[in-house]
Amino acid sequence: MAKKRKDLHIGDKAFYWILKVMAFGIILLLLAFFVLLFKMSWPVLSKVGPSFFWFNDWNPVTEEYGALPFIFGTIATSLIALFLAVPISLGAALLITEIADGGVRKILGFLVEMLAAIPSVVYGLWGLFVVVPFLRETVQPFLSKYFGVLPIFEGAPLGVGLMASGIVLAIMITPTIATISREIFLTIPKVYKEGALALGATRWEMIRLSILKSSVSGILGASILGLGRALGETMAVAMVIGNRAEISASLFSPAQSMASLIANEYAEASGDMHLASLTAIGFGLLIVSFFMNSTARIIVWRVERKYKGTR
Amino acid sequence: MREKLKSVLSVNDFRRKVINVTMISLIVISSLIAIFPLMSVFVFVFQKGFSTLSLNFFTSLPAPVGEMGGGMAQSLLGSAMLIGLASLIGVPWGIASGIYITEYGHGKSAWFLRFSNDLLMGIPSIVVGLFTYSFIVAPMKGFSLLAGSIALGIIMIPIVSRSTEEILKTVPQHIREAGLALGISRYRVILNIILRGSWGGILTGVILSVARISGETAPLLFTSFNNQYWSGSLTQPISSLPVQIYTYAISPFEDWQKQAWAGALVLILFIFTINVTVRFIFRKNK
Repeated sequence: MAKKRKDLHIGDKAFYWILKVMAFGIILLLLAFFVLLFKMSWPVLSKVGPSFFWFNDWNPVTEEYGALPFIFGTIATSLIALFLAVPISLGAALLITEIADGGVRKILGFLVEMLAAIPSVVYGLWGLFVVVPFLRETVQPFLSKYFGVLPIFEGAPLGVGLMASGIVLAIMITPTIATISREIFLTIPKVYKEGALALGATRWEMIRLSILKSSVSGILGASILGLGRALGETMAVAMVIGNRAEISASLFSPAQSMASLIANEYAEASGDMHLASLTAIGFGLLIVSFFMNSTARIIVWRVERKYKGTR
Repeated sequence: MREKLKSVLSVNDFRRKVINVTMISLIVISSLIAIFPLMSVFVFVFQKGFSTLSLNFFTSLPAPVGEMGGGMAQSLLGSAMLIGLASLIGVPWGIASGIYITEYGHGKSAWFLRFSNDLLMGIPSIVVGLFTYSFIVAPMKGFSLLAGSIALGIIMIPIVSRSTEEILKTVPQHIREAGLALGISRYRVILNIILRGSWGGILTGVILSVARISGETAPLLFTSFNNQYWSGSLTQPISSLPVQIYTYAISPFEDWQKQAWAGALVLILFIFTINVTVRFIFRKNK
């Protein structure tokens, strides 16, 4: 009898341990990312030091490597994307949660999800052959004609560049921000909304006072997650950014982002140092994405926990 | 005095109403702006890709520049092989981790595992490519099907794990207790009772993760690379639909660009069919 019970334990134990090893294996996998990428980028980090990240020169031929132009390109495109995507995503999320009902809500929710399902490379293709020509022939000439004195609208209307990648990125991060904001809005207790309406608030005042005000930190979290996605987005950016290591204030000028640089040069890297430098840029991307994701997750969780139980 | 107050109030009311209508319209307009790109992508992919689609596209290898015809057969097969092998890594690992978190994880450890899954999901896919390069491609000295599948597999793990977890969370606690009360061992309860009942949901998650990785391009650029010919070897570079679309899209040749649109059409139809089918069939059952 005792033996039989022990047998049962063995089956249980084996199962438990197999699952446990696999589940904790994910943490090992994460650690491996850091260790391996750090090791691969060590040649350049040890030689140039952290100043690698603020050197302005990138020239594989003369073996000069500095990541600043790509950091600039990444931040500039992501900020443009965030600037465009946040209001639009919030609008979509509000329409889904507060204004539309039944069918419209379902369809809109579904369409936003589908927006997220389109692969990056297809956005790139569309960006390259639809958005870029439209910017080059219509939008940018118009802007430079009427607002050309502003430094951000200076230069030749090439189409490819910061503006094009910012727009495409904005489209790509809209579902992320909209979906998370929607989740946040849904956690807000109904009594808040009813209270505002009962006091005679208009629909917009209700949205402003009881929804937007109490979800500021949640929206911030959603935006950071969106920003994180934008920073690492590769293919679409690589196809429309123009691929030039340049720092310029103009939205018209071509640039290069960290991710698009890796996509363009990695397979044909010309030597160990070149490979190490590209990996170091990827390592930077890894650290930034970790930082952003953990901050945003924690913020979003806090917000959701705050209203749990009060709903 | 009273009259004055009244007029101020009504003016204010009017202002409030105008603001209300304006803001609500802005919300509606921004929603329309949000989904406009989806429509635009669809229209253009159909318009430009449909005319190039033919039987040839699915059955023949790429034609040399300047020659008409040619297809992406090797990319379609390559994508299928990459996805299949990636699933061998991502599906069991993801499901196991999802089961562990819901069935055995408690408190801090479950929180930490969930968090790690989220972080893994947040890693840019190009960085996953770099990682795979450094431990498969560099030591093996060559781009390969194996490397590409591992990269895609790593991307699948957290997606499958999170969806498994979501499904298992919906299984009521009393079902577990009933099984255990009958004297069935815990792993049998999980395998034969809980998993059997949730199979449809878990499968949904797996299929959606397949849809997700079928469009991934960045991690394949320097793991599986590309190939203009048939290849089935684990250690050889292999073509995939997304990488082929990219290669053709940025080429200066009009024929190739047309092929890229056709490839995009096939890819989008595949992904959307999966998404729509899964949503309508499996969600209704729940």
